Amino acid sequence: MSLNSKIPQGPIKDKWTNYKNSINLVNPANKRSLDIIVVGTGLAGGSAAATLAELGYNVKAFCYQDSPRRAHSIAAQGGINAAKNYQGDGDSIYRLFYDTVKGGDYRSREANVYRLAEVSANIIDQCVAQGVPFARDYGGLLDNRSFGGVLVSRTFYAKGQTGQQLLLGAYSAMNRQIARGKIEMHNRHEMLDVVKIDGKARGIIARNLVTGEIERHSAHAVVIASGGYGNVYFLSTNAMGSNATAAWKVHKKGAYFANPCYTQIHPTCIPRSGDYQSKLTLMSESLRNDGRIWVPKNIEDVKAIREGKLKPVDIPEENRDYYLERRYPAFGNLVPRDVASRAAKERCDAGYGVNATGEAVFLDFKSAIERYGNEQAKIHNIKNPSKAKITELGAAVIKEKYGNLFQMYEKIVDQDPYKTPMMIYPATHYTMGGLWVDYNLMTTVPGLYCIGEANFSDHGANRLGASALMQGLADGYFVLPYTIGDYLSNDIRTGKIPTDTPEFDEAEKEVKERINFFINNNGSHSVDHFHKRLGKVMWDKVGMARNAKGLTEAMAEIKAIREEFWKDVKVPGTANEMNPELEKAGRVADFLELGELFAKDALMRNESCGGHFREESVELEGEQKGEAKRNDKDFAFVAAWEYKGEPADAVLHKEELKFENIELKQRSYK
Amino acid sequence: MNLTLKIWRQKDAKSKGKMVSYQVNDISEHMSFLEMMDVLNEQLINEGQEPIAFDHDCREGICGMCSMYINGEAHGPDRGVTTCQLHMRSFKDGDTITIEPFRAKAFPVIKDLVVDRSAFERIQQAGGFISVNTSGNTQDANAIPISKHAADEAMDSATCIGCGACVASCKNASAMLFVGAKVSQYALLPQGQIEATDRVKNMVAQMDLEGFGNCTNTGACEVECPKGISLENIARMNRELMKANL
Repeated sequence: MSLNSKIPQGPIKDKWTNYKNSINLVNPANKRSLDIIVVGTGLAGGSAAATLAELGYNVKAFCYQDSPRRAHSIAAQGGINAAKNYQGDGDSIYRLFYDTVKGGDYRSREANVYRLAEVSANIIDQCVAQGVPFARDYGGLLDNRSFGGVLVSRTFYAKGQTGQQLLLGAYSAMNRQIARGKIEMHNRHEMLDVVKIDGKARGIIARNLVTGEIERHSAHAVVIASGGYGNVYFLSTNAMGSNATAAWKVHKKGAYFANPCYTQIHPTCIPRSGDYQSKLTLMSESLRNDGRIWVPKNIEDVKAIREGKLKPVDIPEENRDYYLERRYPAFGNLVPRDVASRAAKERCDAGYGVNATGEAVFLDFKSAIERYGNEQAKIHNIKNPSKAKITELGAAVIKEKYGNLFQMYEKIVDQDPYKTPMMIYPATHYTMGGLWVDYNLMTTVPGLYCIGEANFSDHGANRLGASALMQGLADGYFVLPYTIGDYLSNDIRTGKIPTDTPEFDEAEKEVKERINFFINNNGSHSVDHFHKRLGKVMWDKVGMARNAKGLTEAMAEIKAIREEFWKDVKVPGTANEMNPELEKAGRVADFLELGELFAKDALMRNESCGGHFREESVELEGEQKGEAKRNDKDFAFVAAWEYKGEPADAVLHKEELKFENIELKQRSYK
Repeated sequence: MNLTLKIWRQKDAKSKGKMVSYQVNDISEHMSFLEMMDVLNEQLINEGQEPIAFDHDCREGICGMCSMYINGEAHGPDRGVTTCQLHMRSFKDGDTITIEPFRAKAFPVIKDLVVDRSAFERIQQAGGFISVNTSGNTQDANAIPISKHAADEAMDSATCIGCGACVASCKNASAMLFVGAKVSQYALLPQGQIEATDRVKNMVAQMDLEGFGNCTNTGACEVECPKGISLENIARMNRELMKANL
């Protein structure tokens, strides 16, 4: 099957408008007889479910948590981008589009990104109308801050809890529809397979996580909004339950999986501390607005710090290496995430890591506290303020901006970041890859849609900060509700989809067999044992820097772990009860397949772009020496993989990327 | 450190539960409380016993999923944190730690430490929203100026994570801090005024229907709230309710 991205004709700025004017619509009476399943209730799934229900469709929504409000979008801290240009600093739809394509290292689809930028401003209007308490200035208008990889302030925020507030907004819109009976909400349910009838997605098999019951649900279309696959690394900033099962199951039923190797390793996370560690915690990128990243210049100072003989605050300015400011004077501490992460790795690999594991750098707020303190002293008309007074005033400003993040850090690390610099290190955070979708956000299976982080479409090889929330809500509130109508207009005479059909029988049988296998396997190792081993291979060989040898080894090692898993995994308890270990077993089984495809994709892509860094592909000379080297001639395509039984046998389909509005250039943040 | 854990075990909603003692050794003070629970569960699985079911997800204190009652306090002895943010440095070698589910009539136990908080969902569905369609055809966001003070205060109320610690801490199992926070968020914003009357009446009515107790101003909820939601929210809700009934 050849890939058809279905990008509308015409100039880029008119594509979405023309598209909306020409698609088929479903009249309100007919919407009442159409059912849509939405899997996942984060920003994408939650906003889609609410909007589709408002339009009149019958929505069935599913989440594995005990409430839609707990989806992991809730943990997004920093903000949401929108081309409002409220600051009058030169922002525009074009500029947001340009920044996103450039930030994604020219590996995203122009038309999708332009549409995203186009609807971004509306998201803010919508959220304010819903009562989302965004930060405001003293004049009562909305405040903005700046994020990595851009030169304007276009990020709207609600303290360090923007994701929480936006998700609660979508959740409130869902609640309104649940109360009206337009959304049938299934909490504590997990989708375990998709059901196809005559080639179209017509339903899902789900497990009730409280009773263990296997349920059949039918619909005229299925929307996957189940988030990313970062937990393939075991340790990531994802929630413990975040998983790829829904996406992987539909991949195995015919949906192509695109660019799995594009993974974002976020530069500012709290470093790992021991083997027992279950997850990593992100410190918002917004901290890089005010924090300066450094390591000591002298290796002796590094050693002294590690041994506890020297405190970081005692190292004088001239002995500090603010390496991002040194290497990238134009963007400094606000370079994009992939660049910042690799720079931290470079310093730590060279031996300058500042904690016991050698994997940490400092994020320091001393300069910002001083700067704000002086500013406040002037505002409050304090003449000749003491140093202590300046620090006090400055710390108060920092607290106002990042208080909850500082508190979070202190609780985890047991150090006061107002007094001593934070220690940070990169960690897996977001996956740009995902199910391949066309302009309509439909996968290669008719009637099967994919939105939010679960799809591949908007961020190319690297996502800019504060763009995930934007994409999730854009897909759910403003894009899918149009595109899905065009498809469903052909289904107005179909009638209810029955669930007592051979297709449902077959899918349910497969799901039950797998569950029974796990319960009866009686192996000798827990699910986590295998997950940790997979994570170690992924981090060591498919992490921040990759090479052909490591990737080849990784593929073989993951396959070996997978085979051992199926022989030797131990799942306690029974199938017909709440059984968290059984849930994990199914998810890890899928990660063990996805991980191998991930490595295969990384091996195929013999270029460095965005979050994917191949050691074989770097600039060898000139100003950009040592920086990632893209290869547009051979790799300006989306790699969409077709499932063929074993991950290693997946077949590659290429969607060539055409850049008609943006000239391909080397990304320079120098 | 070595610890004795006394944990509530209950097979399902219908079975009777009981406290069971477990021993865990070599626990690092840098572990989070839930990582300690992971270690115990790994140990139980290896011994062929059933691991302990507990709710958890984000493990960074924001999803509101984790819900243990530790040594008689919701989310344990530390202040301003959820169970997943509680670290073992809050305990010492040789301690005996008692771990129970959140207890309230409106939060029935599902299994072990997992409780059913769907009552909160139904309260939100009764009115925890502004009735605006998500068409995007609203006015420009800056067309509604909101004073920084009001926006910040609304944000403070909106930070509630819906974990239910307030209910578990209250001797009356009252949900008024939770409901008050949602009512307050909208009461403080101009967008929320239009439906203010119906909202507070409907949410309070649903809260009563769910079997939550009344507030007698002991303030335990505020002390135990991991997000520092203040009692003022309850006072504001009462004012809103009185206004609505006038």
